[in-house]
Amino acid sequence: MLEVKNLHVTVEGKPILKGLDLTVNAGEVHAIMGPNGAGKSTLSAVIAGKDGYEVTEGSILFEGQDVLEMEIEERARAGLLLGFQYPIEIPGVKNIYLLKAALNAARAARGEGEIPAPEFMKLVREKSAEMKMDPSFLQRAVNEGFSGGEKKRNEILQMLVLQPKLAMLDEIDSGLDIDAMKVVAQGVNSLRNADRAILLVTHYQRLLNHIEPDRVHVLVDGRIAKSGDKSLALELESRGYDWVVEESAA
Amino acid sequence: MSAPQRFLERLPARSSDEPSWIAARRQAGAARFEAVGFPTRRDEEWKYTDVRRIAEGDFGLAIHADYDRARFDEQRLALDDAHRLVFVDGRFSAELSELDSLPNGASVEPLSRAIDQDAEAIGGALGRLAGVDFSPFTALSTAFADEGAVIRLAPGTAVEKPIYVVMLSRANDVPVMSHPRMLIMAGANSEATVIEHYYGEAEAANFTNVVTEVLLDRGAIIDHYKLQEASLNDLHVASIHVDQTRDSRFNSFNLNLGGALVRNDLVADLNAEGAETTYNGLFFVQGRQHVDNHTLVNHNAPRTFSNENYKGILDDRAHGVFNGKVYVKRDAQQIEAYQNNANLLLSDRAEIDTKPELVIYADDVKCSHGATTGQLDEEAVYGLRTRGIDEAMARALLTLAFAGEVMEQVKLHVIAERVERAVAGRLPERFNLADLVETAEAVQEV
Ligand SMILES: Nc1ncnc2c1ncn2[C@@H]1O[C@H](COP(=O)(O)OP(=O)(O)OP(=O)(O)O)[C@@H](O)[C@H]1O
Ligand SMILES: [Mg+2]
Repeated sequence: MLEVKNLHVTVEGKPILKGLDLTVNAGEVHAIMGPNGAGKSTLSAVIAGKDGYEVTEGSILFEGQDVLEMEIEERARAGLLLGFQYPIEIPGVKNIYLLKAALNAARAARGEGEIPAPEFMKLVREKSAEMKMDPSFLQRAVNEGFSGGEKKRNEILQMLVLQPKLAMLDEIDSGLDIDAMKVVAQGVNSLRNADRAILLVTHYQRLLNHIEPDRVHVLVDGRIAKSGDKSLALELESRGYDWVVEESAA
Repeated sequence: MSAPQRFLERLPARSSDEPSWIAARRQAGAARFEAVGFPTRRDEEWKYTDVRRIAEGDFGLAIHADYDRARFDEQRLALDDAHRLVFVDGRFSAELSELDSLPNGASVEPLSRAIDQDAEAIGGALGRLAGVDFSPFTALSTAFADEGAVIRLAPGTAVEKPIYVVMLSRANDVPVMSHPRMLIMAGANSEATVIEHYYGEAEAANFTNVVTEVLLDRGAIIDHYKLQEASLNDLHVASIHVDQTRDSRFNSFNLNLGGALVRNDLVADLNAEGAETTYNGLFFVQGRQHVDNHTLVNHNAPRTFSNENYKGILDDRAHGVFNGKVYVKRDAQQIEAYQNNANLLLSDRAEIDTKPELVIYADDVKCSHGATTGQLDEEAVYGLRTRGIDEAMARALLTLAFAGEVMEQVKLHVIAERVERAVAGRLPERFNLADLVETAEAVQEV
């Protein structure tokens, strides 16, 4: 589904990703871990098309399409959605406006008509309830004045409504209390199926207790230094990153 | 012939049995206008607004009030439950008006009738607030004053349905001018909502010069909506003058979407304790539209309150002006006065001149003002795009959101919806923002 090959990215002339390879297949959940500043958010930002990143080498394919040739909104419509480490505040635009506009954009891209209002309302109410979000959040401006945890839940709400093929969730667990963590994990798990994939960026095993990954990767200094199954995350939890860094340097 | 003379040439002959007070007032207006002429940009109050398009124009007076009924019904606000007074190019249309079910104690009538029949009641009020020396345009208005809407509320009268005054502008062979007057006299503890709605045919290219006077007795409450959707060739000059006594409340909504050249003056005098005024303003201009809003609040008495929030959205080469003055009289203590002005520039060739002015001669006051001008938040545009919303739609949503803050204060649903749709509708139709607005409303109702 997602194939990243030899990806080199610079930010303001500074190399951040230095030959990164990553393949994610449909039905899989991948976790990316690694020290601060390693380039995890950079990877997801480049896939989502954020300005300011220069790809100097390599390629990103999503279902065989060249992602780097697609507009930001085309990527999302194709089913590639990023949940931000720091969700973006959208002044004055109500959650409900964003959800409807986004959903209709995706439907239009698939050649479907606009969702009828009653069906849409039913959908967003259901999904809000799943995320334990009061319906009043639908009338509030996107992320404006939301607490850290509310913002993260709101990112997942968008995923639940838009049903991406590949959900990339950057530190979706940061800032969540214990109950919210469960709610968010349940939301993410409900997205799992044989046709979809999930890419989780996290620092903590805690999240992976709730969302069991098929693969775990360690990103160090712009490259995947080590990959393994879920036991790698447990090992990292007890041993830290130093040994991976040393091993990959050797 | 000078420009003022050319305008005054159009004064109609008056019948000799008209009351002498109105004749005298008109004469004073004409004399003043002839003496001062049109303002120029050397005049501080008109620094950013060039009225030559008016001064150099040649405008006749409408001779009838015919307007296609179907078109009228299609364009008007869907307020079936309103008391309605309709003017076409300044002339009263009895056919299009609808004044059946007014409650006792409320009277709504055309000025022409009030001058004839109730001279005593209105003679002292008409022109009391809008003196001929306020501006050359009030002088010009006074010279021509013969039509408009007179709304009177006896003490304690509450009019539940809105009073809807429609001023239509036609696409005439020859451009016309009109000088309608609005006179609202609200008795003690009376209450009403008054709408002034300006619109008309798309090809209209007329000059409207309207003067509104509002007298609020103790505890009276008036919600005043001005919805200006004139054609993109219309020239529109307006002043609204408000006189407030104890515990009265005036809530103004000044919503401007149309017009080639638009100037609004708003003046409220808070003359006794407890008087409160709120100014909400929104304009949306494109092309080469020019909108100038001058607002003034005079806190003439202690314990008076004002709150002002004006927003402007400017695209293309449009030009906006905001000049907001708050004046606190010597020793008028315990005043609260807040003012905010925010502008959104959608194009780098659009221009806004904004000037808040606070003049305070008391020490126990709470005052604040702020003015911001900016572009759309690019991070927010990106955030919307990452959800699959295309860039133009993202910008449209953010623009609508900017207007939304003022619109949330609008209590009349049909007006809020109309303006949101107008703002959204100016943007390409395929975005179907109107449908989004509807969805948000539907969710709210569930
Ligand atoms: N706009 C920028 N200008 C300069 N440096 C940048 C910019 N954006 C990112 N970087 C640098 O790129 C590196 C990688 O950042 P990134 O956010 O991808 O790290 P991360 O792995 O997500 O870290 P964390 O775990 O702390 O979230 C960091 O050293 C960061 O400072
Ligand atoms: Mg990060």
